[in-house]
Amino acid sequence: MKPILEVQHISKEFFIGGEPERYLSLRDIVSNPFKKLKQPKVESFWALEDVSFDIMPGESVGIIGRNGAGKSTLLKILSKITPPTKGKIICRGRIASLLEVGTGFHPELTGRENIYMNGSILGMRKKEIDKHFDAIVDFSGVEQFLDTPLKRYSSGMQLRLAFAVAAHLEPEILVIDEVLAVGDTEFQKKCLGKMEDVSKSEGKTILFVSHNLSAIAGLCTKGIVLNRGRVNFIGEVNKALTYYSGSLSNVGLRNQVSQEAQLIFQDIIVRSEAIANSDVFFIGDNVNIKVVIKVFRNIATLIVNLNVINSNGELMAHLVNEDDNLILKNLSTGTYEIDVQINEIMVTPGLYTIDLWAGSSYAGDSMYQMSKSATSFEVIQGKRMNRSSAYPSNAAIFMKSKWSINEAVNIS
Amino acid sequence: MCMIEYEIKPQNKFSIGLKELWQYKELFYFFTWRDVKVKYKQAVLGFLWAVLQPLAMMLIFTLVFSKGLNVKADGNIPYPVFALSGLLIWNIFSNGLLNSANSMVSNANIIKKIYFPRLVVPLSSILVALVDFCFSLIIFFCVILFFRHSLSVNIIRLVICLPVSILITVITTFGLGTFLSALNVKYRDFQYVVPFLIQFLLFVNPVLYSSRIFKNAALNFIMQLNPIAGAINLARAPFLYTVIDWPMILVNLFIALLLLAGGIYTFRKTEAYFADLA
Repeated sequence: MKPILEVQHISKEFFIGGEPERYLSLRDIVSNPFKKLKQPKVESFWALEDVSFDIMPGESVGIIGRNGAGKSTLLKILSKITPPTKGKIICRGRIASLLEVGTGFHPELTGRENIYMNGSILGMRKKEIDKHFDAIVDFSGVEQFLDTPLKRYSSGMQLRLAFAVAAHLEPEILVIDEVLAVGDTEFQKKCLGKMEDVSKSEGKTILFVSHNLSAIAGLCTKGIVLNRGRVNFIGEVNKALTYYSGSLSNVGLRNQVSQEAQLIFQDIIVRSEAIANSDVFFIGDNVNIKVVIKVFRNIATLIVNLNVINSNGELMAHLVNEDDNLILKNLSTGTYEIDVQINEIMVTPGLYTIDLWAGSSYAGDSMYQMSKSATSFEVIQGKRMNRSSAYPSNAAIFMKSKWSINEAVNIS
Repeated sequence: MCMIEYEIKPQNKFSIGLKELWQYKELFYFFTWRDVKVKYKQAVLGFLWAVLQPLAMMLIFTLVFSKGLNVKADGNIPYPVFALSGLLIWNIFSNGLLNSANSMVSNANIIKKIYFPRLVVPLSSILVALVDFCFSLIIFFCVILFFRHSLSVNIIRLVICLPVSILITVITTFGLGTFLSALNVKYRDFQYVVPFLIQFLLFVNPVLYSSRIFKNAALNFIMQLNPIAGAINLARAPFLYTVIDWPMILVNLFIALLLLAGGIYTFRKTEAYFADLA
């Protein structure tokens, strides 16, 4: 049997720093047609490098990797949204991709209308949608609101409807990106169950990207570990997961207090604006950090502390919620998302890790929870720096400076 | 299972991808249907707007150009019929162009997440203008009925000329629309250029005046080459006794097709990178 998907030496190059990534404005060209000639060199960045693998029909494959490993880029190439710079992929079947739930949903249209709109954008024929319509409505559980405009739906209902449509696609290959990261646990279970049905009983091929490793373990038979755009491991899913957690030993989110914890750190996400969906930043970028905490018992006062530590293990910054006048008092049980933005990070290029700490006061014995090396991110020199050489790695921080020169008046 | 086999690789060769467009034909319908639906949702008068707009324009143009400035229509056509026939064709062109130029940007969220032939987006946004046109045809026929005593209508000509005129208009709009929508993804300046361009073109095209206003033969000839001017003249032909210049219509059609080829070529060339740029 021939593989249903042959990925052969795929590479994808992105341009950073230079104009091609930004919107070009005609003014740039009209006002200065010669500027192009002396523009600084455009830096390029390989999101994927020489990625090759085969997938047999009926396999379900999990793609694992850290932020910025190239997972999303790979899925985008597989879904034909963006072409590879080099290499090719041979597909022997219809691919449907779900990079987002509810693509094409329009708030003004009713639920019924959106099912048709979304379904057809996902590549379903009208006949197919007609055939599955009742099943879709049933799965989503929004029958009473079918003729209500989508804008009146709660976000949970929108999500259920969206997944219901997607779950009834009938392609040979289904590509799914992290769509289960949203929605309540019960619905997540339902979705995972549906996906298992699809892959096991209907024999479809699934490519699945998720940070939810247990979902991957339950659903997939094969795993591919990506790291910085390269394939590090391909093989049986459990081996892939072991390989991945091994490679992660310094960056997994582990809570130190496990017995009767008041709260745990559930997740930490660092997202870059400059290089989408990665944890790579230019000097001077804003660093957005999302910390998800789960509180088990009511907490009167909470201090959350985030330490930025460089690759030599030196403490570079100590951030606390009170610094920005965010007072956390009387938290009831539940899950909370704390967003932290570091404005214009001015540190030397390198790898940085983040330690998390939470307690009722600053005293060490008031600690609720701690997580060492919860995540890491990388700072690179990037576009804001005009110098022609690399910034020395032993200079601890970077400072913005203004320079000028005047002829000195000689007062002798 | 191995019925369909295709390759994903760096884009280099050029093709229109008609076969693929045909596979996704239903998407044209759904995009058009969505845009039409959304456009008139929450508007009390709904589809009446498609009828009222050309009617109001006809009235104001009649007042200003015919009564005020004493602009002469072709032959003996009453000015309101003359203006409305021009406006209907003009509206397909101007609304279609406006919609399609913005279409890729306003659908960027879909384009970045799902693959389908991108041409569907600008083309179906032009179809929306065509749907509006169909509604405004009602008012056109009402106005013809209203002026039936001062107007001679050649029914055979109407049946032949109107579809051909619409065809030329739609092809021209497809061409320019796909061209502008592709450019707009890369250069957002076109968001500002297009409304201005449309205003400008309103005065270049014989919407409000006769296409034979120029004494200069060369200018007259250039005017005749313009496919939109040709389409407008053709739409007025059923009310005239003059001979229809079919060779010129063919030339117009040819120019329209050239524009279409140019538009689709530009679009297809940049299409693959829309998701990276938008």
